[in-house]
Amino acid sequence: MAARSGGDDLRLESVTKQFGPFTAVDNLTLTVPAGSFFALLGPSGCGKTTTLRMVAGLEDPTVGDIYLGQERITSLRPYKRPVNTVFQSYALFPHLSVEDNVAFGLKRRGRKDVNAEVERMLELVELAGFAKRRPAQLSGGQQQRVALARALINSPQVLLLDEPLGALDLKLRRQMQIELKSIQTEVGLTFVHVTHDQEEAMTMADTVAVMHAGLIEQKGAPADLYDNPATTFVANFLGQSNLVEGEIRRAEGDELEVDVQGMTIRVPAERARVHSGKVWVGVRPEKVVVHSEAAATDATNSLPRGRVIDVSFSGVSTQYLVRMPWGQELTVFEQNTGSRPLLHVGGEVDLRWRPEHTFLLDAAQDASAGVQDALVGT
Amino acid sequence: MTTLTRTPGDETAEDPGTPGGRGRWTGYLLLLPGALWLVLFFAVPIGSLVSTSLYDPTGTLETGYRFAFDVGNYIDAISTYAPEFGRSLLYAGLATIFALLLGYPLAYAISFKAGRWKNLLLVLVIAPFFTSFLIRTLSWKLILADQGWVVDSLKFLHVPLSNGRLLDTPVAVITGLTYNFLPFMVLPLYASLEKIDHRLIEAAGDLYASPFQGFRKVTLPLSMPGVVAGTLLTFIPAAGDFINKELLGSPQQSMIGNRIQGLFESGSYPAASALSVTLMVLIVVMVIAYIRRAGTEDLL
Repeated sequence: MAARSGGDDLRLESVTKQFGPFTAVDNLTLTVPAGSFFALLGPSGCGKTTTLRMVAGLEDPTVGDIYLGQERITSLRPYKRPVNTVFQSYALFPHLSVEDNVAFGLKRRGRKDVNAEVERMLELVELAGFAKRRPAQLSGGQQQRVALARALINSPQVLLLDEPLGALDLKLRRQMQIELKSIQTEVGLTFVHVTHDQEEAMTMADTVAVMHAGLIEQKGAPADLYDNPATTFVANFLGQSNLVEGEIRRAEGDELEVDVQGMTIRVPAERARVHSGKVWVGVRPEKVVVHSEAAATDATNSLPRGRVIDVSFSGVSTQYLVRMPWGQELTVFEQNTGSRPLLHVGGEVDLRWRPEHTFLLDAAQDASAGVQDALVGT
Repeated sequence: MTTLTRTPGDETAEDPGTPGGRGRWTGYLLLLPGALWLVLFFAVPIGSLVSTSLYDPTGTLETGYRFAFDVGNYIDAISTYAPEFGRSLLYAGLATIFALLLGYPLAYAISFKAGRWKNLLLVLVIAPFFTSFLIRTLSWKLILADQGWVVDSLKFLHVPLSNGRLLDTPVAVITGLTYNFLPFMVLPLYASLEKIDHRLIEAAGDLYASPFQGFRKVTLPLSMPGVVAGTLLTFIPAAGDFINKELLGSPQQSMIGNRIQGLFESGSYPAASALSVTLMVLIVVMVIAYIRRAGTEDLL
């Protein structure tokens, strides 16, 4: 299948969806560029599936409009939209063979000779020999690929994927993530992928939008989102973060100086979401280095005199839990490069990291937002 | 029905929790009451029916009956009563079609649209069973009576009726059959519609199927087990029924059930038995052909 040139952007404008008194999606405005792999990431109940179903036409927005290019599709019935869905449960037709499932969409649009296309699509998803089987005779991963082929064969302008890998085991999920990404590159369609798995979103998508309570908290390339979270929810839901209380002292050039428990932490000004007053000082656990002897340099942010209270070794890396003098516990991931023996519980350590790995968030936000959601998600 | 013929020993043998001995007999023990019942009240009577059908037809209650392996009974039965056979199949077939046409929308509405009224509507479907079959059929005699409101309304609308009557016509008998067996159509239809995953219908809509195409390509095929079960549960008893003709029809509407009843009453046991066996074989053959064609062999 040739890549579609000049496809249309999907736009949601001020879309709100209410179920009785509950607001599932709250005044959402979003543009998904044509040809992109876009992930809607969030914990269950954040409104991501509702958003997807509104694009598919399975739910009507309470307020707002949905456009595909210049065409307003808000009230178009689902079967009239150039949009297809890979459902979370796959929703394969149990009474039809694999090939009839895949041909279903083409036939409904009056196409007669579909065999060659069905065959090509089954080859794309590596199910060439399974055309005559029933869905119940396939494994979960194979069913998932039939669902994908059944949607892809219609060359929709937008392909919607609702947690399509949720039912697969970890190993198969990783494999399908790579396959899905390569299929998307090959067919060049717009994919909108809904997931609660932050790793899956980051692995596959060009753009990730983190949703929380019906709103998009932050949107961007996976690396940008990870390195520079805008809210405590994103900092905790997308990976882990250490957040410590601080107060901005002064700006010096393009750096801010923040007081943390009497110590000075430097942060590049462009990595600060607030520029005065109280802040959360954030750093990712793998950016932090533990040192057992005191030898600070000016280039490094340092929080001294922590005590190791837990060491968990997982082969590739080791996770240290360090209790700071003010009682807070911080996390450090260390690659097991073998350059130094493991630290032991009870040892005194300094935590150091580079100023450009620091981020500052608004202290008004809840420092634990998203922590539980991330745990439930994985 | 496959579950009935599977030997229970197969399952217990695979069960690692039963170390030979007692456990393996549990299945047979559980099967025993049902098997005894079937032997006593099904297998033995069928055997006696078949052998009676081969008795010398000249026998009477006074002179006694004699086994003669007389296949002539069957030839007589079929040639003499061919019209009744035809009428039974026709009336039962029409009643089944009408019950399906009435029952499918009803079952569909109860399953898909009734919401919290679902249970109440199901109770209403089976509510007629609280009254006797005879009473309900007799009520139709009143509804369709010559001076009743149905006949009056039809006359007012200038619908042509033979002799200005509904009673003693095929219409009355088929109406009675349809009414009496409707719940047997609705319940299996409802059960199979209820099992359909609504996400499949959403998926059909997502794949460009209009609501009607979605029904034809997804809902209807998935409800076929219910259609097959419902039509069988309606057709089989309707084909052997004699009450509806007895109460709502005239001799011109005689069905095979009425002939069998008449022959048994007059002591012509061999002829009555031959008719019964023929009807049974006919129905079994038709059911097998029907299930084959409907593609629901799982039911066999």
